[in-house]
Amino acid sequence: MQRNWKSDWIMYSPIILIEAMINGLLTGSIYALIALGLTLVYGVLHIINFAHGATLAVAMFAVWGLNIAAGIDPYLSILLLAPVFFALGYGVQRFIIGPAAGGDDGNILLITLGLSIFIENALLASFGSDTRAITSDLSFSVVELGPFLISTPRLIGFAGSLIVTVILWFVMTRTDAGKAIRAVAKEKLGASLMGINVAHVYALTFGIGCAALAVAAGLLMPSFYVNPRVGGAFVNIAFTIVVLGGMGSIPGAMIGGLLIGIVESLSGLLLGESLGQIGIFIIFILVLLLKPTGLFGAKA
Amino acid sequence: MLDVKNLRTGYGGVEVLRGIDITVGKGEIVAVLGANGVGKTTLNKALSGLLKLTGGSITFDGKPLDGSPIAAVEAGLIQVPEGRKIFPNMSILENLELGSYRRGRANRARNLELVFSTFPKLRQRIEQMAGTLSGGEQQMLAIGRGMMAEPKLLILDEPSLGLSPLLVEEMFDLVKRLNAEGLPIMLVEQNVVQSLEIASRAYIIENGLVTMSGTAAVISADPELKRAYLGL
Ligand SMILES: Nc1ncnc2c1ncn2[C@@H]1O[C@H](COP(=O)(O)OP(=O)(O)OP(=O)(O)O)[C@@H](O)[C@H]1O
Ligand SMILES: [Mg+2]
Repeated sequence: MQRNWKSDWIMYSPIILIEAMINGLLTGSIYALIALGLTLVYGVLHIINFAHGATLAVAMFAVWGLNIAAGIDPYLSILLLAPVFFALGYGVQRFIIGPAAGGDDGNILLITLGLSIFIENALLASFGSDTRAITSDLSFSVVELGPFLISTPRLIGFAGSLIVTVILWFVMTRTDAGKAIRAVAKEKLGASLMGINVAHVYALTFGIGCAALAVAAGLLMPSFYVNPRVGGAFVNIAFTIVVLGGMGSIPGAMIGGLLIGIVESLSGLLLGESLGQIGIFIIFILVLLLKPTGLFGAKA
Repeated sequence: MLDVKNLRTGYGGVEVLRGIDITVGKGEIVAVLGANGVGKTTLNKALSGLLKLTGGSITFDGKPLDGSPIAAVEAGLIQVPEGRKIFPNMSILENLELGSYRRGRANRARNLELVFSTFPKLRQRIEQMAGTLSGGEQQMLAIGRGMMAEPKLLILDEPSLGLSPLLVEEMFDLVKRLNAEGLPIMLVEQNVVQSLEIASRAYIIENGLVTMSGTAAVISADPELKRAYLGL
């Protein structure tokens, strides 16, 4: 969306404003996917996973690599990468982070910090700091929805996020594994006494978060680029979403993601692309000042 | 059913229990009594595999317990912990379902019926969030959740804590009823008089050791009881 009218916002026609909001909402749904793993891990393990952004970068490189090397369509690669990243997240938490933390959840935080530094440097060493992208006909195509022009990759991204949301909702509310995750989040001791394996639940949580990142990566790549540091920008946005939605709240991450997407798009339109992030930053400060628990957050 | 020999455990090098011997037989209610901070909850944690033993052994249903919470639940040693520890963010139904997460899953529907017939109040509000229940209702839910795992032995840690006198009475009636249906119960309580009324045998813990044990009748009659109970 390259529009260069820099005049007063009143000048914008409602169509352009609404179009910006729709496109922002669609992008926001992918932000929500990225925020999902962050808020889930926070809700269950009560730590911030510092390796989240680096994991997203790995997933995006994987999507790019599969496309370059094997010509696999980014959307199709999700079907492969989501299970692989689930297994990866599960395994890393269960067999590396968990044992290394030795039962102290505080250590997990430090280990994820170390992991993020390691991953970023491994990516830099293997791919350099160049930015890479997948170009396809789809990247710049638009769909006409009535008077609105909607970017096709964003529309597909929204549909993908919606599918993930429904699957996640089903898992969390209808399966024993999901119920066990929610139980451990609020009452670890009680869960242990029901024979719930807390280490397994922690690993499941990590796995789900990583799988969501893989989906996000597949949905992003057709319209975005990747470099070893790309995760940082996304995680800053995701963290704002987590705070806005309420730390640990899944519906909060979903709604928060959509809101932040709209805010980013509107402030990009009104203030110019370079200042677009300011809107997000202002939201972040406002939430902390006015409602530190976020939209859906429980009391601290 | 449960045979605890010379059990020792504690926290980070500080030994709280220094050689506990306790048995619970089939069909019994066994009361474990003692003053605040004497280590009753610590004993329960050790039995449920939440705390490693530093000595001694636990034999349950003829087999040694390997000291993990999963093994304890799988064997049918089910604990309703002090403070209930229900899942506040989940509905009554979900709490009960998770009671059969590890054990009793095949009979989940049947056992739900059993719990609801024991606690009709819970049936009326299966969708209510557990965290919004009153203290008494939460205790019922915690016991119901334990029943969902088809216990071979039920350990109750201070089930009467925080209940009004009327509810305390009801709670002890319930324990008696569950036991009458054949469930062995280890009742950990501070409520000495009422516990001894329903228990077949009792142990009194003091300073990390069992200082008195015997049938409830004998213990109730013992002039030492008052001293032991008020000893700390
Ligand atoms: N997690 C812990 N870390 C260190 N010490 C602990 C821990 N939990 C309990 N203790 C200590 O172990 C001792 C026994 O505590 P425990 O909770 O077993 O007592 P209790 O007999 O259950 O008391 P109450 O009747 O008040 O429930 C106490 O001195 C307590 O301070
Ligand atoms: Mg206690």
